[in-house]
Amino acid sequence: MRYYPTMGLEIHAELLTKSKVFCSCSAEFGGEPNTRCCPVCSGLPGTLPVLNRRAVEYIIKAGYVMNCDISRFTKWDRKNYFYPDLPKAYQISQMPRPVCLDGHVDIKVNDEDKTIRINRIHLEEDAGKLTHEGRISLADYNRCGIPLIEIVTEPDFHSAEEVVAFFEKIKLLLLYAGICDCKMEQGSIRCDVNISIAPEGSEKLGTRTELKNLNSLKAIAKAIEVEIARQTEILDNGGEIVQETRRFNEAAMETLAMRSKEDAHDYRYFPDPDIPPIIFTEEELADIRATLPEMPEQRMARYRTAYGISENDAVIIVSDKRVSDFYDEAVDGCKSPKNVASYLVGEFMRRVNLGEIDLDELKFSGKDFARLVEYLYSDKLSQNNAKLVLGEMAQRGSSPESIADEQDLWIKEDTELLSAVIDEIIASNPKAAEQYRNGDQKVFGFFMGQANKALKGAASPKAIQEQLIAKLRR
Amino acid sequence: MDIRRARICDLRKALDTKQISAPELCGEYFSRIEAVDGRLQSYITVTKEKAFEMAAEAQKVIDSGKATALTGIPIAVKDNICTDGVKTTCASRMLENFVPPYDATVIENLKREGYVLLGKTSMDEFAMGGSNQTSAFAKTRNPHDLERVPGGSSGGSAAAVAASLAPCSLGSDTGGSIRQPAAFCGVTGIKPTYGRVSRYGLVAFASSLDQIGPIASSAEDCAILLNTLCSHDERDATSARVTVPDFTEKLGQPVNGMTIAMPKEFFADEIDNEVREAVLEAAKSLEAKGAKLVECSMPSLKYAIPAYYLIACAEAASNLSRFDGIKYGYRGEGATFEELIRDSRTKGFGEEVKRRILLGNYALSSGYYDAYYKKALALKQEIIKEYNELYSVADVILTPTAPTVAYRIGEQEKDPVKMYLADICTVTVNIAGLPAINTTCGYDKAGMPIGMSLVGKRFDEATILQLADAFERDFMPVLPKL
Repeated sequence: MRYYPTMGLEIHAELLTKSKVFCSCSAEFGGEPNTRCCPVCSGLPGTLPVLNRRAVEYIIKAGYVMNCDISRFTKWDRKNYFYPDLPKAYQISQMPRPVCLDGHVDIKVNDEDKTIRINRIHLEEDAGKLTHEGRISLADYNRCGIPLIEIVTEPDFHSAEEVVAFFEKIKLLLLYAGICDCKMEQGSIRCDVNISIAPEGSEKLGTRTELKNLNSLKAIAKAIEVEIARQTEILDNGGEIVQETRRFNEAAMETLAMRSKEDAHDYRYFPDPDIPPIIFTEEELADIRATLPEMPEQRMARYRTAYGISENDAVIIVSDKRVSDFYDEAVDGCKSPKNVASYLVGEFMRRVNLGEIDLDELKFSGKDFARLVEYLYSDKLSQNNAKLVLGEMAQRGSSPESIADEQDLWIKEDTELLSAVIDEIIASNPKAAEQYRNGDQKVFGFFMGQANKALKGAASPKAIQEQLIAKLRR
Repeated sequence: MDIRRARICDLRKALDTKQISAPELCGEYFSRIEAVDGRLQSYITVTKEKAFEMAAEAQKVIDSGKATALTGIPIAVKDNICTDGVKTTCASRMLENFVPPYDATVIENLKREGYVLLGKTSMDEFAMGGSNQTSAFAKTRNPHDLERVPGGSSGGSAAAVAASLAPCSLGSDTGGSIRQPAAFCGVTGIKPTYGRVSRYGLVAFASSLDQIGPIASSAEDCAILLNTLCSHDERDATSARVTVPDFTEKLGQPVNGMTIAMPKEFFADEIDNEVREAVLEAAKSLEAKGAKLVECSMPSLKYAIPAYYLIACAEAASNLSRFDGIKYGYRGEGATFEELIRDSRTKGFGEEVKRRILLGNYALSSGYYDAYYKKALALKQEIIKEYNELYSVADVILTPTAPTVAYRIGEQEKDPVKMYLADICTVTVNIAGLPAINTTCGYDKAGMPIGMSLVGKRFDEATILQLADAFERDFMPVLPKL
């Protein structure tokens, strides 16, 4: 039988606040185990949590960029369960009154627009980390209390492509809003997938399973594929899906049962008496909204209208905030933003994809790059030499000027040399010259190539072309 | 110097006039502790060495002429209030060896004044109980009759003051835990308005009800202590942003014109005759000073006990979950972490604590939340509403502090429901977050103290202190013979 999959996501994203959500410990990633914790986040008796208002601002921003309603009244609840990585044995989270409700995010999959509904976004604290070494387990509480938002979608996905596209869009929005660094490998953004299948045409949804441990975009897509296949096989053989949480094992390409509905925790949620509810005024919300930076759609519109760059180039630039930030820096005060965009999308991105340019550790500034493009388009550097210069800039970070000086790469516009070289080329290739004069345009490329090779950047392509035409026609 | 029932102002004068030095004063109390506490069992930990260091420091301040109200004053602290470097056990095996690396905010406030820590007083385990008999380490006795309970849960703090093993002490009050032992031991104790004193460093029992407060020989001493204990605290989100008045300011001012409401439900059949008579007598003496007595009603009182125990136990179940034997405290055995946690909690907690954890988890579990916890929150609103109505006609509410005087050890502890019902006079105050003070208003035939409670409007501790002080001026307390 053919089945139709339905999926919903729970995305956890750590907020980029300086301190933790209920104490003043650093919220930075890593650190020697148990060096970024205090009596409050390690849950010592008598200590009390105090809400970090910056974290609240950040979740409100997340709500706005995902088109949510922001609750005017919000409060925190305790989610009670025992686990050694949870020092208080309860997680401070939000149950009935989350900060954000009823949002939506638009995505594009295979050129089709689609809207994914957001059920809610709430603010909670992260737990610590356990490491198991043989028979002993070690607890590191550095991550305890790092502010976390949980984005819960409606079951609006029907393919792995949609899930991946949405997840990438969420990452982009969070990065642009400056509220999460979205490093999956460090766990600062994590995604659980609720997934069920039902016979095609059926109105009713099937029994769902929840997939965990999805550490990369690739893992998300693979896990969905594997789980759909597993569920399909069970239904085809007349079996029943068990509602349970499953862990994806990427090496074995399989999902494994973690716990079933029967052993699900009763979290005994109740309002946290240590944290008074918050009531937002319209002014407070407006102030927070006003601090939202320019989002990808707005940037794209600006690139298109103010700089006149193509939609394709604009899409490529904004889909990585680091590239877009670099571009903004490059074109600030630059005369030809359009040229900068095409060289960025072309040569620069080529080297990014090859791993020659590391966007997290750029060795040169946007301004350096803009001047390089300027030299290329004003015939001060040849196409080949510009590439050479960019390569050097990526490697050692010097300015384009000093690299071109050092390696003698500037176009010199040496007209005497140019004239002599061209005369010589025409003289040693009489046949080809004859062909050209008889109207064969194709051989012109051959002459250009010969001239470039001999001149090594001593003249601009434009000058070579002019001289060649003039001399060949003679 | 005779330190028996010495008041803070007497000690201040003695210290400032060099009649006695701070270390000498400290020594006086340790002599009494050593002589008496073997029988009384009011302290879990005595911090003698530390106390003399603190007293020596305080003496330097006194000598430099910069002494403030509490410089060099010895104080006993309930063992659920965190003291940096000093064991804080909550009278539980679970925290038998727990030494907090931080001070509670109230302790910081006292340190700034140069107080002297005498030690940590016994209590019911995790403040759960009204008899001090659930303490894992020191089952405190009543100084007026060693065969009787001192009340609880701040029984150690009240007994130590009554027996002059400390001039004053800190307690905590979740459902009467300052006022009831103060009544049983014949001393004065005040539970401040919720939010008045920072809870930071108080090991939580029920977070929405807990409040730290002083126990002392007089309302005046309580006022002096409150001046230091109260502060807005950034580390406690429930700490109120209100100005702290000088609580001694209204003491001695006439009380005529003040209206005192006496809800009839607090004087019903459950209240022992001798207790009722003594409280009514005290009311009359306040009337004689010019206060106006108003009879009134508080129908929601019949729901107070279930509402209180549901809220308190639900919060306690969650608050006490952190004691899992993994990071600190009693560690049991087990091959898996579930087994380890189960064994640690089974052996680390006493029976009453486990009973309340079970009760709380039951009330919060899915399917029962609406029937129990949610209803309790609705009752809380009802109780607050009725108090507001009473305060539209009255300045203060007067009730007995407990239905009986201190009972004999072993008489009630076996029947938890009976124990819970005995909190009837005190719990509504915590539910509504109001300030209330206990002061002694008489003695029964056996010579056991009887306490009355004066309950004030939110953040109006000054008025109940004034009224209690006015009463105390004409009342002669009987000291225990211990």
